[in-house]
Amino acid sequence: MRRNQVAVVGAAETTELGIIPHMSQLQLHADAALNAMADCGLKPSDIDGVATAVETPQQIAHYLGITPSWVDGTSVGGCSFMLHVRHAAAAIEAGLCKTVLITHAESGKSMIGKQPRSTPADSLNGQFEAPFGVYGPPSMFPIPVLRYMKTHGITHEQIAMVAVVQREWAAKNPRATMKKPITVEDVLNSKMIAYPFRILQCCLVTDGGGALILTSAERAKDFPTKPVYILGTGESVETPMVSQMQTFDSSRAFRTAGPTAFREAGIAHKDVDHLMIYDAFAHLPLYGLGDLGFMPHEETGPFIAAGHTRPGGKLPLNTNGGGLSYMHSGMYGMYALQESVRQMRGIAPAQVPGAKISVCHGVGGMFAASGTIIFTNET
Amino acid sequence: MAEPARAKPKPTPETQHFWDGTRAGELRLQRCDDCAHVYFPPRPFCPSCGCRKVSVFKASGKAKLYSYVINHRPAAPGFTPPYAIAVVELDEGPRMMSNILDCPQTPEALELDMKLEVAFEQLDDAITLPQFRPAKG
Ligand SMILES: [Zn+2]
Repeated sequence: MRRNQVAVVGAAETTELGIIPHMSQLQLHADAALNAMADCGLKPSDIDGVATAVETPQQIAHYLGITPSWVDGTSVGGCSFMLHVRHAAAAIEAGLCKTVLITHAESGKSMIGKQPRSTPADSLNGQFEAPFGVYGPPSMFPIPVLRYMKTHGITHEQIAMVAVVQREWAAKNPRATMKKPITVEDVLNSKMIAYPFRILQCCLVTDGGGALILTSAERAKDFPTKPVYILGTGESVETPMVSQMQTFDSSRAFRTAGPTAFREAGIAHKDVDHLMIYDAFAHLPLYGLGDLGFMPHEETGPFIAAGHTRPGGKLPLNTNGGGLSYMHSGMYGMYALQESVRQMRGIAPAQVPGAKISVCHGVGGMFAASGTIIFTNET
Repeated sequence: MAEPARAKPKPTPETQHFWDGTRAGELRLQRCDDCAHVYFPPRPFCPSCGCRKVSVFKASGKAKLYSYVINHRPAAPGFTPPYAIAVVELDEGPRMMSNILDCPQTPEALELDMKLEVAFEQLDDAITLPQFRPAKG
C-alpha cells in the first residue's frame, strides 16, 4: 500500500466507558459511531463503507441507516480493527468506497445483548484444549510466559513493572478505570489468577466501544479535524490454539504483521515517537517490543524495568493506561487505535510532546492474530 | 444440584483415530509419507507439504514440560484449583496441551523441561484423555 493516501478523519469512543448496564452492545456500537460522525461532521448517509467485528456489518449498517457499497466483517479477535483499517485503506485507495466507518463495542462487563463466547466440543479447541481446564483468557493467554521468561532471562519483577508503568500513564487520564499508583510489590502480592500472573497483570473487564472514520488523504483536507495519515500497515494470523504456536519465545503473527508495517512505512524504529502494544496481559508488551524489532527479546524486560516506557521515557508506551488500567471490553484494539489517533492529533490526556509517528500493534485471541498500523500527522 | 460437567471432546471423522487410540492406551500421531513431517492435531493431510498420503503411528509417549500456568481462578467446571494447564513437547516433535498428573501443582515441582510420560485418563466409555505425569526413573 502507498503511504499517506488515506487518513483517519473521525475518531471517538463511547460517551461512557466502564460499567454501562443501560446500553446494549449494539447501542454501544451506535453511540461510538454517532460520536465519530459528530467528530468530523458526517451523517450516516455520507458513509459508504462499514467494517466491524463480532457484530456483523449488516447489523451495524442497518441499525445506523447506512447503505454500504463495501463491507468488511473480519473478526479475528481484539486486533480486528487494525485489520479493518488496513483493508479500508486499501479499498479507499482502490476506489471501492470513499468513506469507511469502523465500529467496535462490547458489553464485556454487563453482558447486555452479547452472546457468551463458547467452544464447540467437536472443534479442535474443544477436543484438544478445553478438556484440560482452560477457562477464559486468563487461563490461556499466560501459558507461554514461563517459557518466554526462561528462554530470554526475563524476571517476574520486570513483567510486574509493565503494570506499574501503565498505572503511571493511567493516572494522567481522567477516563482511565484504575488510577491509583501501584508498586512492583503490590503487583506481586495481588490475588493469584493463573501462576505466574496475578490480577494486576490481567486486563480489566469493562463495557465500551469506539469508532473510526477513514477517507482519502485528498478529501481529508476538507474535514474539520486534523488528518491522521496511514503510513504503514501489517496483518497476520497464526493459530486459534495457544498450544500449537510455533514457539513460545515469540509470536509468529507479531513477527509477520509488525515488520510488514515498518517496511511499508519506510521508517526505522528510532523514528517512532509513540507506541501502543495491546496489553491484554502483562507479557504482551515484551513480546511486542521484541517481535516488532525494537530490541532483542532479552532486553525487553530490562528496558521496561529501567523506566524507558514510562511518562518522560524515551519510548512512551500504552499512554492511555492500556488494557491493564484504562479499559478492556474484550476486544481492546479499538482503544489502542483511538489513543494513537489522539496522540497524532495532539489532544491525548497524556500527550507526548511533538509526536509525529505512532505505532499501534494489536493481538487477537491468544496470539492467534495480529495487526499493526503506523500513523503519522505529517505528509 | 448437579455440578456443571467437565468439557468433553467430541471426535470428528478426522480425529476419530486419535480418540480410538487413547481408549486403547496408545498415543497416536500422524507422519507424512512424502516429507516425514510429524504433526498434531490430527488431519488427513500434511500441514507442511499438503500431501494427502499420511500414516498413523504409535508415539513413544515421552515428552518434556514446555510451559504451563497454575490456574487458580476462575476454575473450569469439574476442576479443583489450583491445577496446572501445561503444554508438553513430545519426543516426536509436536506439542499438546495436558494436565500434569501425580505431581504437586506448584512452581517448585513443575520444572520446565522436566521429563514426562503419557498417562491415560478415562472420562467415560467413549473418551479417554491423553495426560502426562513425571517420567519414572
Ligand atoms: Zn509432508
